Amino acid sequence: MPKIPSLLTTIALSLTSPALAQAGEPAISDPSITPRAPTLPVITDNEHLLDQFGGREGLVRIMDNVMERWLANPRTHPFFASSDQVRVKRQLVDQFCVILHGPCTYDGRAMAEVHRGMNVSEGSFYALVEELQVTLNQMNVPFRAQNRLIAALAPMSRDIIDR
Amino acid sequence: MINHKTKTCSRRVAAAALCLCALTTSYVAQAADEPATSSALSFDTVERAETLNTSALTLAEDDMGQGQADDSRRFFSPGGRLLLTGGVTQIEGAGGGGLSPWALIGTYGTRDQLGVSAFATGVNSEDFSLSAYGGAISYGNRIELSIARQNFNLNAVGAALGLGREFTISQTIVGAKVRLFGDAVLEQDSLLPQVSVGIQFKDNNQPGVVIGALAARDDNDFDYYVSATKIFLSQSLLVNATARATRANQFGILGFGGPTNNDYSIQFEGSVALLLSRHFAIGSEYRTKPDNLGFKEEDAFDVFIAYAPVHNITATLAYVDLGNVALRSQHALYASLQFAF
Repeated sequence: MPKIPSLLTTIALSLTSPALAQAGEPAISDPSITPRAPTLPVITDNEHLLDQFGGREGLVRIMDNVMERWLANPRTHPFFASSDQVRVKRQLVDQFCVILHGPCTYDGRAMAEVHRGMNVSEGSFYALVEELQVTLNQMNVPFRAQNRLIAALAPMSRDIIDR
Repeated sequence: MINHKTKTCSRRVAAAALCLCALTTSYVAQAADEPATSSALSFDTVERAETLNTSALTLAEDDMGQGQADDSRRFFSPGGRLLLTGGVTQIEGAGGGGLSPWALIGTYGTRDQLGVSAFATGVNSEDFSLSAYGGAISYGNRIELSIARQNFNLNAVGAALGLGREFTISQTIVGAKVRLFGDAVLEQDSLLPQVSVGIQFKDNNQPGVVIGALAARDDNDFDYYVSATKIFLSQSLLVNATARATRANQFGILGFGGPTNNDYSIQFEGSVALLLSRHFAIGSEYRTKPDNLGFKEEDAFDVFIAYAPVHNITATLAYVDLGNVALRSQHALYASLQFAF
């Protein structure tokens, strides 16, 4: 077998992760919804990624911080203001924890189901990501670890933007 | 007056000396009797950068700040896509790196937004200088229209050529780019790049020099290009490849076509950039050029650092290495500022 550059290996591994994650995907209650991206695209090539986010406890602190930002940012405020923020934060902690290969269980709904009818604009999607980046910087999560997580989340845009 | 002097300047002197313009004027004078075999009119060569507005570099960016927009559906938004994922403005006015257009649509406008940008790029050396400025408008992360003006000042070399001191060759470049498919940022589970096609119309204002003295065939022409850009976010890496069909000599500054080759040729441009943080990226670019005028045009190569303190401002500094041009290696600094809204 020819030697593959490590970058390509990493890309190939990251590409396989959504497929591996399919087994743990939340069930879809509405048969008219077909997800375009996995809700739990587990990052399988780095067992220690969660540590860089401070473990599950770190994710809790991150969510407490970023939720305040999402509520304060006018582009993301409408999507969180009337939600059960405690529940949303807990589900996002579990979702991120699973994606980061942590020992957690996500019991929320699929992204496609959660965001249907919310009419999230691309600008609001990016605003959410940028507020998350600001929080992750503040929590001293390494930039490359941040990008691993955001790369895993990015395809969910297909189930979130303009749905 | 300038045109009159142009006529009195022998074609051979002008061609040879222009090709060796990176050398000192004494070399230029000697070059008149030698065949023009080296490349060299490289307007991006500089030895000292034009003064960069350093206030932009020292703008304190407070990461604690909140998003700037005040409406989730603003048509004309300062926010939009992630910092630095819109690239900067390349030397011909298109969204891209410094040298090469990228498939990314310039500005941070999202799929339902209008974006506008303006740029100014300066290079400067003892022998010559280039200023380029212009603007672009983009809509819906789909189409980008741009205009740029390049002023290439021969400084003292112009006087040595009999063109007059501070002689300037200018060209205006009107560009259009359309994103065909793909999203370099969002499609992180696919290897499919974002692909765009573009066209640039270049109009050189000195036909007397580029056609009359240098033997280029035309003073205006179209470039056509296709660009593919992929951001491997998990690696914090951006990769771009551009293929360009062109007849331009030194980007068009020396006209189009020539006695050696007057046909379109396909040239390659490659860029890689590493995102270091939300605000900083470093990278490198490579660009080949056709050899129409009877000498080998050196490929252009640069390493750059781009800094985006906020969505509206990106500052780029580049170090350009043009290899061994004529008798000495040419190194350059390049400075550019972009404002986007």
